[in-house]
Amino acid sequence: MKNDATFSMRIKNWYGHDKNFARLLIIFILVVVAFSIINPSKFLSVANFQSMVYQFPEFGLMSLGVMLTMLLGGIDLSVVGMANLTAITAASTLVAFVPEGASDGQTMMVIVFAVALGIIVGSAAGFLNGNLVSRLHIPPILATLGSQQLFTGIGLIITQGSSISRLPAMYAETGKTLVAGFIPLALFIFIGAVIVLSIILNKTTFGTSLYMMGSNPVASKFSGLNNTAVTNKAYMLSGTLSAIAGLIMLVNYNSAKPDYGSAYTLQCILIVVLGGVNPNGGFGKVGGVALAILILQVLSSGLNLFPTISNFYRQLIWGGVLLAVLTLNYFTELREKKRISTSYKDDKPKETAKA
Amino acid sequence: MQEEYILKATDIIKSFAGVKALQGVNLEIKKGEIHCLAGENGCGKSTLIKIISGVYSLDSGKVEFNGVDQTHQLSPINAIMNGIQVIYQDFSIFPNLSVMENLAYNSELMQKRKFVNWKRFRAIAEEAVSKINFNVDLEAKVGTLPVADKQLVAISRALINNAKLIIMDEPTTALTKKEVEALFRIIKDLQSQGIAILFVSHKLDEVFEISERFTILRNGQNVKDGDTSELDSDKFTYYMTGRHFENKHFTAEVKDEKPVLEVRNLSCEGDYQDVTFDLRKGEILGITGLLGSGRTELALSLFGLKKPTSGKILMDGKEVKLTSVQEAMKNKIGYVPEDRLTEGLFLDQSIGRNIVISELKDLSSRIGMIDQEKRQSEVGRWVDELKIKVADPDLPASTLSGGNQQRIVLAKWLATNPKVLILNGPTVGVDIGSKHDMHAILHELANSGLGIIIISDDLPEVITNCSRVLIMRGGKITGEVDPLQVTEADLAKQVTDVAVNG
Repeated sequence: MKNDATFSMRIKNWYGHDKNFARLLIIFILVVVAFSIINPSKFLSVANFQSMVYQFPEFGLMSLGVMLTMLLGGIDLSVVGMANLTAITAASTLVAFVPEGASDGQTMMVIVFAVALGIIVGSAAGFLNGNLVSRLHIPPILATLGSQQLFTGIGLIITQGSSISRLPAMYAETGKTLVAGFIPLALFIFIGAVIVLSIILNKTTFGTSLYMMGSNPVASKFSGLNNTAVTNKAYMLSGTLSAIAGLIMLVNYNSAKPDYGSAYTLQCILIVVLGGVNPNGGFGKVGGVALAILILQVLSSGLNLFPTISNFYRQLIWGGVLLAVLTLNYFTELREKKRISTSYKDDKPKETAKA
Repeated sequence: MQEEYILKATDIIKSFAGVKALQGVNLEIKKGEIHCLAGENGCGKSTLIKIISGVYSLDSGKVEFNGVDQTHQLSPINAIMNGIQVIYQDFSIFPNLSVMENLAYNSELMQKRKFVNWKRFRAIAEEAVSKINFNVDLEAKVGTLPVADKQLVAISRALINNAKLIIMDEPTTALTKKEVEALFRIIKDLQSQGIAILFVSHKLDEVFEISERFTILRNGQNVKDGDTSELDSDKFTYYMTGRHFENKHFTAEVKDEKPVLEVRNLSCEGDYQDVTFDLRKGEILGITGLLGSGRTELALSLFGLKKPTSGKILMDGKEVKLTSVQEAMKNKIGYVPEDRLTEGLFLDQSIGRNIVISELKDLSSRIGMIDQEKRQSEVGRWVDELKIKVADPDLPASTLSGGNQQRIVLAKWLATNPKVLILNGPTVGVDIGSKHDMHAILHELANSGLGIIIISDDLPEVITNCSRVLIMRGGKITGEVDPLQVTEADLAKQVTDVAVNG
């Protein structure tokens, strides 16, 4: 009998864990169906899907970065800055080191070097954020707001405010390769990142440490976790992911500029919160965030279908949705807490009777 | 006609989502008496108080204040109007405001004043503290005061509103012996002013010392009430828990004369000086002292969280530098911290994760992949071994009672396979039954060869469970006693003796 009880509890619990995912899946299907009905010829077109598939890995990868820091109870407002700094580094390397009339082999070598350099720069930027938070104990929101300005500023000085273009054509060509003949490279990388991250979060000590430290940093210190290292790693990974996003932006725009993608910051935070990550840290899953990325992309492309809704409304809509999701989360959490505390509290009379 | 009872609660029933927290409880308090409400955690004490003070609504039953039926008017304001004041465990004070502001704020609010008059504030505050002869700087921020003073601020505030009955919810939890004595004097003094006190506690010695009558609850039901003089310690424990316990003195079987831990002239400026002691395998060493005696700082140094300024620590005869928790763990030292809720547990995270968090490295491959099967079996092993009452290890740790939560913290450290385990206040806020179980576990662990240090100001605890007891005062070890030779009163004197302390 006891086994039965724990078994049904387990199912309930599993359902409780995935309720968020189920809810997001329903939202996703609803928006896709809605836009397909409203404007099937445009929304269901190949061109629309192609543009979506190329776009969302950009902010999708940044969102995954924000997610890691938010699991720690922090935030990363500098993802766009790190992406642009990476793109600018890679772009200026490409422009500077690919001589006129270079052979394909030479160009490819420079591309590999530029990509590697870009990823190193992005990761180093993230490592800087990590240290500001872990060693100097600067509140993450201020540390990364400051570093966002810093990274953008560095980009501005390198580019003198204009964009770096006229990249070797090979960069964009390589970036648009279809893996296995049909998956765009950007999408492939994004899927890879989602898989790697979910393995990291679910199966590794670092993942568990991240969740644990996110819910109680004092207890994690007393439990022998190295809080400094965990924080540094999380922010550095956020930098690495943003760097990859920056390299994808460089493919898509074929140029680099310090103010590209400035709307992505808020969008990333919206995605992470919508995806079910607790802004106070400790809870959230990659699956939820990945779905939230898709939802945002569909919404964003869907809005383009309405010529009457100008781009000016976009900020208003994202901001409104973010606050609405936060409000909704507040109430569901409240209900959840009540449910847990009333149904499982073991010091209730019935249980102590056995003591 | 003069009504005999200030408070009469009859047949109170209250359920939370189908679970009956109170199943027809009665409580009667005479005017001007000191009444003790006792029972283990979760027996319904707090629920009952919150019904009286109007925080919770009752399902059925009757509540009378001064003989007037108030069952349908119960609310926090109504309780205050009737002279019933509750001092909760957290005191409900504003740490960022001064003593004066804290004291005067409520009455200002009640009079719906819109502007602040500092003179009036001061007058109200001065009158309030004078009622209990409480010497305090009215300008001091309450957050900076010691716990005992915070409590006095809360008591003073209660007195402003013409209290007839003050309910104190476990007022002694965070106090040292001496502060408790001071509190008791104030309670007696309040009684002489005609104020009744309802003293909520699960500590037997306090119930004996302070109260005239008592009510004991168990599992949401009245078990016994009457005059305290009829009560003795065995009966009290039995009424509270429904179990009989023997208080067996622990005797160590020292396995190895060579000490596992040696501390030599360890000092940390401003916290403790010149601490020297040995710990052998199989021993339980007690360190007792007041709050601020340096006991916690010493423990933190032994766990790598506070760097000593001089002296040596040796493990198995080799000197070790404990610069971080990770270093301490490498040297097989475990620490069950003082504050379970903030330092020991990840309340919102699953029970399983809480258990394995410190041994993750041992459960995973070189690249950090956790072996899920090993993890599951580790969790199951510790749940069984420490008899943790768990419906499902995937539920958050917050769903457990204090005693079971403490077992989880203990399990976390035992899982790291330590040679030395330091426990700081291992049974604070744990009920009697769980406390006995916890002690039994520690005895077993010592018998299996672990070196254990218990840091506690619960004197009966150190006397019955330790093989040796060190006394710490003003940052120094001032003596060592044999628990079999010393009485509690003796030990209390040594711990607090101001004359020797200078």
